[in-house]
Amino acid sequence: MSVESLFPRLEPVLPQVSKPIQYVGGELNATLKDWDAVTVRWALMYPDAYEVGLPNQGVQILYEILNERDWILAERTYAVFPDMEQVMRDHEIPQFTVDGHRPVKAFDLLGVSFSTELGYTNLLTALDLAGIALHAVDRGDDDPIVLVGGHASFNPEPVADFIDAAVLGDGEEIVLAISDIVREFREEGSPGGRHELLRRLAATGGIYVPQFYEVDYDAEGFIEAIVVNEPSAPERVAKHTLMDLDSWPYPKTPLVPLAETVHERYSVEIFRGCTRGCRFCQAGMITRPVRERSLQGIGEMVANGLEQSGLDEVGLLSLSSADHSEIGELATQLADRYEGTNTSLSLPSTRVDAFNISLANEFSRNGRRSGLTFAPEGGSERLRRVINKMVSEEDLIRTVAAAYSHGWRQVKLYFMCGLPTETDEDVLQIGELAKRVIDTGREASGRKDIRCTVSIGGFVPKPHTPFQWAAQLDHETTDERLRKLRASVQSDKKYGKAIGFRYHDGKPGIVEGLLSRGDRRVGKVIEAVWRDGGRFDGWSEHFSYDRWATMAERALADEPVDLAWYTTRERGAEEILPWDHLDSGLDKDWLWEDWQDALADDPVEVEDCRWTPCFDCGVCPSMDTDIQMGPTGQKLLPLSVV
Amino acid sequence: MSTSTSLGWVSTTLEGTPNPEAPNPQLPIVQKLRVRYAKRGRLRFTSHRDFGRAFERAVRRAKVPIGYSSGFTPHPKISYANAAPTGAASEAEFLEIGLTRECDPDAVREGLDAALPPGLDIVAVVPATPGTFADRLEASRWCIEIPGATGLEDAATGFLAAPAVTVERMTKRGLRDIDVRGAVDTLVVHGDRVDVVVRSMIPTVRPDDVVGALRQFGAVVSGATIATRIEQGPLVDGVVVDPLT
Repeated sequence: MSVESLFPRLEPVLPQVSKPIQYVGGELNATLKDWDAVTVRWALMYPDAYEVGLPNQGVQILYEILNERDWILAERTYAVFPDMEQVMRDHEIPQFTVDGHRPVKAFDLLGVSFSTELGYTNLLTALDLAGIALHAVDRGDDDPIVLVGGHASFNPEPVADFIDAAVLGDGEEIVLAISDIVREFREEGSPGGRHELLRRLAATGGIYVPQFYEVDYDAEGFIEAIVVNEPSAPERVAKHTLMDLDSWPYPKTPLVPLAETVHERYSVEIFRGCTRGCRFCQAGMITRPVRERSLQGIGEMVANGLEQSGLDEVGLLSLSSADHSEIGELATQLADRYEGTNTSLSLPSTRVDAFNISLANEFSRNGRRSGLTFAPEGGSERLRRVINKMVSEEDLIRTVAAAYSHGWRQVKLYFMCGLPTETDEDVLQIGELAKRVIDTGREASGRKDIRCTVSIGGFVPKPHTPFQWAAQLDHETTDERLRKLRASVQSDKKYGKAIGFRYHDGKPGIVEGLLSRGDRRVGKVIEAVWRDGGRFDGWSEHFSYDRWATMAERALADEPVDLAWYTTRERGAEEILPWDHLDSGLDKDWLWEDWQDALADDPVEVEDCRWTPCFDCGVCPSMDTDIQMGPTGQKLLPLSVV
Repeated sequence: MSTSTSLGWVSTTLEGTPNPEAPNPQLPIVQKLRVRYAKRGRLRFTSHRDFGRAFERAVRRAKVPIGYSSGFTPHPKISYANAAPTGAASEAEFLEIGLTRECDPDAVREGLDAALPPGLDIVAVVPATPGTFADRLEASRWCIEIPGATGLEDAATGFLAAPAVTVERMTKRGLRDIDVRGAVDTLVVHGDRVDVVVRSMIPTVRPDDVVGALRQFGAVVSGATIATRIEQGPLVDGVVVDPLT
């Protein structure tokens, strides 16, 4: 049975809402397939506004891979703004995809990519607007399978009641495997209904179906056991790791929207994974090992992506881009290839060292020099050893001096506040460092107009990291430390205007902390917040800490746990963590030892296994993976002139 | 966590000072073309800024040898005239581009049209003639469909008989009074459709303003209206004609 487009009902109401173009679709390289010509249909959702969700690499990659199969169709849907939500409720228009404007409920699967936990309330809005029951147990055979992925799915327990399944790790291969299972099941006539389909998904060993696991708590509220209640489901669910990135050059035909979005560039992932071992960094822990795309492969993707999109900026993405084994060659050769074409290049996420200054100079050859951002993360050298981000103050100052003497005028420094073992003194060191940066800059450049911007984010402990046991700093102390830091810098007239501060208060971090390390009981809080009107929690204009605090108190009233128990409480070695049955490959004993090494009087540092012997984090042997990196020694040829 | 160096191979340095060591890659303009394009169907919700970004990308994809301004931040040589408001469809939007190499206008039309999404369509491309193009866009003929409207005929009679009809509109400078009657050359009602010729003025009188003015004379409008600009150009004996000929 064919599914009608909702657009005729949508069109008359669009003039009433803000930025209507975001609901219209029609992007360059979007795919619209015949509903009846395929057997498996995916709705892919990024649970934030279109302007944030459209550029998301994960969704674009899966959209393209799925649509390449002639028997699969994939369309996209995003969180609608509150004004649109109201209009849709008034006119009974359900959650729709932007490609075919088809109702989300008509699809076989709803795949949701969670980069951050702050999108959870938006998932509930989408389910409710779609007419899909909020709770997985209330869904019927005609409802889509609600499946989540992305970094937050490494602990999907807070949304366990609302989802049917979760996938950990790289999505490229598993979405095809899932599609195969769904096709086979449909072709057999859907024997055994929804439960049987979920059973088959769980039986792969790589798909987590929360309802097949029971969580028992003891009287004090600790997890007593996580018990499998379906024989074919695995004890531990394994993450997925894509090997040989060169054979997966996606996105090949990037989506280019009409609406303005947060990133207006073609992004190429130059490698996946990071083994620097920063102890706070969930991304670095859960995406191991490092898998590089080759110089040649990157060159081809850049050339093709620019041609297909008409974009004029290229971003070379990864968790630490300057660590690519051939980054120097890449910068020089891309600069040569695109010289004189008004094409620009950006390199997000790089580390502090002098080499990166020459790299930045190469990228900006003949170009604009706006600003460089460095992320020492910790204000004092001691704290940087605690977090295993080994940047000495001398290295940082040398790098900054090199930057200023090469004509850069503005340096941004990124730090975190609330790291384990942190004291007021550590945070005050941020100010001292900024002052030294300005002194150095003034000396190196011989100018007075040097600026340094200090950005500070609150540290949120994340699952599958050595800091997963840490107590999160309460928001009052966070705010107090930041106030002291600001006062200490502003009291010195010599630096007044040269040092700028950017930070948020500590409250949103506490809610993120609740959602990051929460268990299934937190689902009641999410639902209560959503019912009370909570939406778009990643947006400061929509976020309400008071609502979260009130609803947490109310929803957890009958439980022996509360907001503080989930956030500011340090966990013990023996505690069963809500995500212990989800396997990121990291050995829990290794994580604990690394946590203890961080807490030692003289914190122990961990090297990077790309250049030193394996330190037994456990990922490669348990996931059957290996480091894949260059150099390849190849050269990019000039593109032929058309 | 992120070192963002957004850097271009363009001949500028920080703080607006030209970099004397940088080669100037910008070539002189040798040809100017005028482009007529349409905003159709669902892409009528494209804003002017949205269209601008899409058009710049289409120029690059179609490999049209667009010229760039020299200076601090080079911009492609594209000038727009009288863009239709977001939500209005149009068969008669115009812009002018400067090229660094002589091109066949028809080939440019085909290339650009293929590079734009369906719904943003290139209708015609012709070499520019002397004179300021914007001056040729004296008036627009709009077709405004108002499904389910009643009292349009009587409202039109009242409106046309009035010496001035003022509506309020929120502009960037705050709430302003706009005389709709003064801008309207002709207005004819066909059932629930209004054909109206509006002279180009500052501030621009939009289709919504015309509907607002008709409501003052008893027209009852409940649902959404769809306005389409049919033609835009010189006003000759009460008729708006093609500005490219």
